[in-house]
Amino acid sequence: MLKKLLHDIKATMGIYEPREDKVYGVLAEFSDPGALLHAAEKVHKAGYKHFDAHSPFPIHGMDRAMGLGQSKVGFIAFIGGATGLALATWLQWWTSAVDYPINISGKPFFAVEPSIPIMFELTVLFSAIAAVIGMLALNGLPRPYSPLFYSRRFARVTDNAFFLQIAAADDHFDEEQTGAFLQEIGALNVEVIKDHEYTDI
Amino acid sequence: MDKVHTTDLAPHSGDGYHADPPLITGNLSFHEITDLVSYHTEKKTPLTWLLAFGAASTGAALLLIMIAYLFWNGIGVWGNNIPVGWGWPIVNFVFWVGIGHAGTLISAILFLFRQKWRTSINRAAEAMTLFAVMCALVFPTIHVGRVWVIYWTLPVPNQMEMWPQFKSPLLWDVFAVSSYFLVSLLFWYVGLIPDLGTLRDRAKSKLRKRVTGFFALGWTGANRHWRNYEKAYLILAGLATPLVLSVHSVVSFDFAVSILPGWHTTIFPPYFVAGAIFSGFAMVLTLMLIARKVYGLENLITMQHLEKMNIIILLTGTIVGFAYITEFFIAWYSQVEYEQYAFLNRSTGPYAWAYWIMMSCNLLFPQFFWFKKLRRSIPFMFVTSIIVNIGMWFERFVITVTSLHRDFLPSSWGYFTPTFVDVLTLIGSFGLFFTLFLIFLRFVPMVAIAEVKGVLPQADPHYYEGDGHATDHDVPYVQPSVEKTEGPEHA
Repeated sequence: MLKKLLHDIKATMGIYEPREDKVYGVLAEFSDPGALLHAAEKVHKAGYKHFDAHSPFPIHGMDRAMGLGQSKVGFIAFIGGATGLALATWLQWWTSAVDYPINISGKPFFAVEPSIPIMFELTVLFSAIAAVIGMLALNGLPRPYSPLFYSRRFARVTDNAFFLQIAAADDHFDEEQTGAFLQEIGALNVEVIKDHEYTDI
Repeated sequence: MDKVHTTDLAPHSGDGYHADPPLITGNLSFHEITDLVSYHTEKKTPLTWLLAFGAASTGAALLLIMIAYLFWNGIGVWGNNIPVGWGWPIVNFVFWVGIGHAGTLISAILFLFRQKWRTSINRAAEAMTLFAVMCALVFPTIHVGRVWVIYWTLPVPNQMEMWPQFKSPLLWDVFAVSSYFLVSLLFWYVGLIPDLGTLRDRAKSKLRKRVTGFFALGWTGANRHWRNYEKAYLILAGLATPLVLSVHSVVSFDFAVSILPGWHTTIFPPYFVAGAIFSGFAMVLTLMLIARKVYGLENLITMQHLEKMNIIILLTGTIVGFAYITEFFIAWYSQVEYEQYAFLNRSTGPYAWAYWIMMSCNLLFPQFFWFKKLRRSIPFMFVTSIIVNIGMWFERFVITVTSLHRDFLPSSWGYFTPTFVDVLTLIGSFGLFFTLFLIFLRFVPMVAIAEVKGVLPQADPHYYEGDGHATDHDVPYVQPSVEKTEGPEHA
């Protein structure tokens, strides 16, 4: 059960388990963002859950096509910001009013007004750090290893190529049928990706 | 409607009805953009770069020597003395921090305003921000006198069980500028991740693959990743925007919360922020004019980009000029003799030479950008960008020194002269800045490749439907009711 939970969490990050015969999934190349978007829509409609689209830049509308909801990074950033605010307030209050109060030209030991700049700065800082760390955590990054890198074609994903991968871990996955389905919806070519321990780069 | 896709002086651009001129000229494909930018990080080091790097690192070495001399001998090697206790170091600090703000504005604020043209310059501008803030942070660090106890500015438990004085703007600065540096660094790095993936996938040598692979964090361009990435980018942009406004406001508080005439004024925060954007854009312009020529990026950083930057320089320069006039007006209207004297002294006293350099560089020169011909002239904008930076340095100088050298009590009045250490330290800081920037140009893609691709019409999935005619959401495609040639105003 824990294993299932772990696999589900990893699936949200796009990390899938290979099958026993080391087949990780199929990788299909498409010609342009429009083709990829429509293909993703069809794949989602066909009931696949463990799949992803790869592109050199984010494609507008892809989240909806894949049936993905809102990203959670916002919540994480908010929590970070709240922490920063609380920390800044506590820091200035405790050091100036509790631990070592010093009379600074008759001003109150702790007041909100002069504390605002630091409260603001730490809110922003912690929120930004939380957003970045949250984004990396939700993406499962850094993750230098991915079976997709075994495909030579895949090296162009950061240049000008558009891919769709369907993982073998998906319930509906079948090597021939899924491959044929992808050909139907307009793939230029379909590769089977195997998860072998390869040292050749 | 096809006529609207011409490049240069495009009529109707920005009117919301006709499509804007293309962001990228030269009809570049995605692959060509990748090649154009990545090539410069992969080729053998060019001789010009080595020479420039040699000159810049000499400057940086000079900075280190001056700092060592300063630490050994004390603040007396500078021109600082009563009554002018704050001299060039503070001027240089505010100068460099101000320059940094343009980078964040381009990255964050223009992103929120959906200005797609920012994608060609934001990587270099953000890098400029990081390096400018590094140069800036040098000065408050070294000017304290006892640099070995600089850690007292941080709320770190120490041997005296004392804490920093949190009601002081000097301390707010510590938090503000440090936060600004860290957030800018995060923003820059996050933007770099997809491009590092690009470099990794093109890498031939093992070392290059390892290094780019390490920093690319395993990026695969997966949409699940893009989704979170875009959200984080938006949040960072949304955070960096008020940050930029607050940081320079806090820097202005260093002056504004004092009681000196000429300093103690509520106009400082907006005035400083506008001035920072003004000088920062001028620096970005200087750097981009050189980089686009040397690296052959005229198709990515087009005349449209340069013109838009000049318009922002014109706008912020006008705001700064307006602030100058407002200060004068308030000095007169308030009938406070000290305030009035402070401004009279600035324009007619011993530092009038500095004051008029500042006025002509900042108030006069940018106004030439009202003329389209000058806005689109590269030699003119290059000269203007340098003049603006000179003017803005002098503005900080005039603000700092004129209010200090003659304040309330005439018997305390004096005249400040910089020493050779002051001058060489400033030159050295430029050396540091250019050294860092040259390293950036050599090893890091200077244009945000993925972002540039992402704002092209070919990146829009709807481009591939129907007639292959990409239309912006804001641009309604109006079908002409009758097939006829369009009238003269559409030429």
